Amino acid sequence: MSTTATTGAQAHHHAQPRTHTRALSAARTTATAARVLRQLRHDPRTIALMLLVPCLMLVLLRYVFDSSPRTFDNIGASLLGIFPLITMFLVTSIATLRERTSGTLERLLAMPLGKGDLIAGYALAFGSVAIIQSALATGLALWFLGLDVTGSAWLLLLVALLDALLGTALGLFVSAFAASEFQAVQFMPAVIFPQLLLCGLFTARSNMHPVLEAISDVLPMSYAVDGMNQVLRHTDMTTTFVRDVLIVAGCALLVLGLGAATLRRRTV
Amino acid sequence: MHAAGLTVVRGPRTVLRGLGFTVPRGQITGLLGPSGCGKSTLMRAIVGTQAKVSGTLDVLGRPAGHPTLRTRVGYVTQSPSVYDDLTVRQNLDYFAAILDPGRAAAGRRRDDVTRAIADVDLTSHTDALAGNLSGGQRGRVSLAVALLGTPELLVLDEPTVGLDPVLRRDLWNLFHHLAATRGATLLVSSHVMDEAERCHRLLLMREGEILADDTPDALRTRTGADTVEAAFLHLVDEAVAAGRTKESAR
Ligand SMILES: Nc1ncnc2c1ncn2[C@@H]1O[C@H](COP(=O)(O)OP(=O)(O)OP(=O)(O)O)[C@@H](O)[C@H]1O
Ligand SMILES: [Mg+2]
Repeated sequence: MSTTATTGAQAHHHAQPRTHTRALSAARTTATAARVLRQLRHDPRTIALMLLVPCLMLVLLRYVFDSSPRTFDNIGASLLGIFPLITMFLVTSIATLRERTSGTLERLLAMPLGKGDLIAGYALAFGSVAIIQSALATGLALWFLGLDVTGSAWLLLLVALLDALLGTALGLFVSAFAASEFQAVQFMPAVIFPQLLLCGLFTARSNMHPVLEAISDVLPMSYAVDGMNQVLRHTDMTTTFVRDVLIVAGCALLVLGLGAATLRRRTV
Repeated sequence: MHAAGLTVVRGPRTVLRGLGFTVPRGQITGLLGPSGCGKSTLMRAIVGTQAKVSGTLDVLGRPAGHPTLRTRVGYVTQSPSVYDDLTVRQNLDYFAAILDPGRAAAGRRRDDVTRAIADVDLTSHTDALAGNLSGGQRGRVSLAVALLGTPELLVLDEPTVGLDPVLRRDLWNLFHHLAATRGATLLVSSHVMDEAERCHRLLLMREGEILADDTPDALRTRTGADTVEAAFLHLVDEAVAAGRTKESAR
């Protein structure tokens, strides 16, 4: 071992550029994203679940509403937006919780890694998984299950991607408040279910009790689902669609920022 | 490294009580003391991951936790902090990319990673998942991460726990090599008193306070003991006795 140490010491004589921590470094962000994806690759079952479950649910839904294709269109389009949000929420909250409890987060934050790099790395990694997931689900729904969409499939994908980012952001944020995996999964019903009930999936938001409608007005999933429904009904981008997209994107960024604030270099 | 009046509060307890000491550069300083005395807490304060630190703590001429120290200080946590679902090489590749990012540095990083894996004697397990390694092997992956780059200060929290005598000897040779050829400063905590003999200097701690800050030889001479272990026990007994007389004087 001492011999290898000698060669090591020689290698050390190369002057290394001393890069300081900036808010965002592209190289460190992509290295983090690549690492997260590599971890995922060692876990093929999770990948399979992430990609196939939404497809299976859509098939199921298609035949549940076998006699009313209109209902399938409505719920199917909404679900295309909801799946990425839920999957990415779950995956991110568990992944970052593990990072916190395994000590790797402490180690990373003692290194020249910006908090923004870590968060952007996660968003990039899970965002790319979300693109594949949404592409599969959207393709299946449009071409094999006969989902009847007036607008462009690309816009469906765009909303799905933003929803995935929102899910990643929310997962990252709540993981700061979970001390164990048990708590982390319980955040899913706590954070996601109310939004699911109020987002207009089960009944139009305008038909709800005014108080609930007001609450649904400030929940981001309402706009995610509304965006999907805009694409479902209109050939081109409506102003409502643009508003929906901006709100979802804005919320995702806001929550990502909040998530960054929960990462502390110094812990008790 | 220099500390004065260093105090750390964790939860309801004051874990470090006004520590003062100096760790000389280019030497190996052993940090010894019973379980729960605050060794890990002190190390976390030094690398800047511990909250609620008061007093003075300067590391390599900067206040502890200063951003410029993040590439200059290597740190090994007490429990191995590596990704279990990555291979040994993938783990090191990632941490190397954080320390020395960019595509231009890829070649240098590859050599550095290969060298660090060899330093901890894991070359035969390069492509094994960290989660499938034995406890001691995972600890060595964690140690290898701290050996990446050219840290001027290495803070190692019980790096040799659970390792066999041969490997422990080799790692101590490596530590001495780093101190001698690179002028690296090492702070190594340990429970095992025979490792104390291998350090240039020792910091003996008990209940959040420093009992002694000296060379192993000086400690033995001062206490008239044969081994550092005996010297340590002697100092603890002294401290306990002093505490009792203080109490009864009240
Ligand atoms: N997260 C924490 N919150 C509150 N108190 C803590 C925390 N971690 C440690 N402590 C307390 O701080 C004291 C010192 O702990 P520390 O881990 O520094 O001891 P140590 O000397 O490293 O022990 P060991 O040799 O067993 O690793 C202990 O009394 C412990 O109870
Ligand atoms: Mg400890």
